Amino acid sequence: MTKVLTGNWGKKDSHLLATYEAGGGYSALKKVMGGLSPAQVIDEVKASGVRGRGGAGFPAGMKWSFVPQNTGKPIYLCINADESEPGTCKDRQILEFDPHMLIEGAIICAYAIRAKIAFFYIRGEFDLPYRRMVKAVEEAFAAGYLGKNILGSGFDLDFLIHKGAGAYICGEETGLISSVEGGRGEPKVKPPFPAVKGAFGCPTIINNVETLATVPWIINNGGAAYKQFGTEKSPGTKLISVSGRVKRPGNYEVPLGYPLQKLLLEDCGGMQDGYELKAIIPGGSSVPVMPAEKALTVNLDYESVAAAGSLLGSGGMIIIDHTQKMPELLEILAHFYSHESCGQCTPCREGTGWAHRVLKKICHGEGTKADLDLLLSIAGQMSGATICFLADSLVMPIRSFLTHFRAEFEALIKAEVPA
Amino acid sequence: MTTKVDQSSGLAAAAEARIDDLQRRYPTKAATLLHVLWEIQWQDGWISEDRMRYAAKRCGVPISKVLGVVSFYTMYRTKPVGRHHVQVCRNICCHIMGAAPLIEHIKAKIGVGEHEVSADGKWSFEEVECMAGCAWAPMMAINEAYHENLTPEKADRILGELV
Ligand SMILES: Cc1cc2nc3c(=O)[nH]c(=O)nc-3n(C[C@H](O)[C@H](O)[C@H](O)COP(=O)(O)O)c2cc1C
Ligand code: SF4
Ligand code: FES
Repeated sequence: MTKVLTGNWGKKDSHLLATYEAGGGYSALKKVMGGLSPAQVIDEVKASGVRGRGGAGFPAGMKWSFVPQNTGKPIYLCINADESEPGTCKDRQILEFDPHMLIEGAIICAYAIRAKIAFFYIRGEFDLPYRRMVKAVEEAFAAGYLGKNILGSGFDLDFLIHKGAGAYICGEETGLISSVEGGRGEPKVKPPFPAVKGAFGCPTIINNVETLATVPWIINNGGAAYKQFGTEKSPGTKLISVSGRVKRPGNYEVPLGYPLQKLLLEDCGGMQDGYELKAIIPGGSSVPVMPAEKALTVNLDYESVAAAGSLLGSGGMIIIDHTQKMPELLEILAHFYSHESCGQCTPCREGTGWAHRVLKKICHGEGTKADLDLLLSIAGQMSGATICFLADSLVMPIRSFLTHFRAEFEALIKAEVPA
Repeated sequence: MTTKVDQSSGLAAAAEARIDDLQRRYPTKAATLLHVLWEIQWQDGWISEDRMRYAAKRCGVPISKVLGVVSFYTMYRTKPVGRHHVQVCRNICCHIMGAAPLIEHIKAKIGVGEHEVSADGKWSFEEVECMAGCAWAPMMAINEAYHENLTPEKADRILGELV
């Protein structure tokens, strides 16, 4: 099938400008600069139906159309390469293997929303992806794809690489903005939404790396052609990161709606010998876990996974085998979200830490029956009560682990001593 | 160990030039604080209080803001680490692929525990959260470089090659 995102991945020196151009790279930008208006670009992206690949699945073209063009303020684009959601490791390979595809998509987006600066926000730990991007950006400036008067169109765009320094929360769009502004990565209350009032108080669009990397293909081939992949409501292809004890873990580009079972058994070669499938977290660590039988019935599109009780999220598919202890995995997630809570909201700051302490107690065999209800009660008090979605990112695992695997937790509860 | 340098009068010329360039291009000078802190850490290996004062001046922000930023992000260091800073992922995918015994193995091999530096300054160790190497778990980073698909034997080999 056609590869929208991964077509160049096997090529030698796929990250270099010369390779990208030899394969037709920057032809979409030339097409845009040669005579498409910003509105025409937005219409094409809207027609493609491509939805944000960072987790929330919001239609990209629609988001771009929310940017007010009459405020007199500069407009900014932020490219989200923070990729920190456990299970997700796709954006980094776009940066490693095809950085120019992302840059081209970002320039086209910036043109469509009339942005002045594109901030490329990359997590601080990334090394090879960072070096490849630094090099690719230099090449793009030198070739006249970035900078002043791009391809003689009169459009100017600066491109700044903003290196994070270790904080999951900077992947949340308003946390990212705080970090771009030079501060602690603390999320901000919405509304106002960033498209209206974002970085430096100016209209700002934030898009995930994978979302922007699809744009050159859409411009070259048309929104209608993109829609031929995927389902009616989830058009296009998606990168799925598969981790865990399968024979061939890695990133797979599949049309949305692809059967999970086919990905697991055919593409990934099934489970490693001696391991049985127990459960799957289909969309990054914050979405609900699904027991094996249920997971094997879903198709990988936003609607199908949601109907089965979980979310496609970022496409970080975590395969859990029969040797894993579910309370231990939940304890790890609680530790993670508690560690990454920025601390602004009491329910999140206190709730994630409290849930972690309770889970630790349970894992050490010191929990009581009441602790399971306590966990659910903590989750209930965290849900929907905070500035950003980090708190709910632990609520979903707590509820789903306890719904589907309660017996494993109960088995760890020490026998109640009769009074 | 880092040599004693005058920490009030700026960084190496190339770093200063990079900061000047960014401060011309960013909407505000304050927004370049993370860059300035990276330049300091790249040069010195860590960020001293004198350097924080310098960063505050360079970005036109109060020292309290610099302290707030340094303490918020896990990668900024307020004391030196070993020549080889070993960071092993403890998160869910790496755990599934055997991170827990691997972490014990590596700690024993280099002889340092969490947030410790060995007496000779060669090693330091830290457990970290997901580094987006999930499909190639378990993994570690030594300084910047990622090492993936680890086994205890492979980790031994990688660590054994470092001087
Ligand atoms: C706690 C939290 C962490 C997030 N981390 C990321 C991330 O690492 N990368 C990303 O692209 N989006 C992340 N998001 C989603 C962003 O807030 C935002 O929706 C996304 O970048 C928008 O881009 P898209 O529409 O192209 O998906 C995160 C959201 C939350 C609540
Ligand atoms: S929900 Fe948690 S991470 Fe999000 S703003 Fe509140 S405290 Fe910070
Ligand atoms: S869980 Fe270890 S790299 Fe993602």
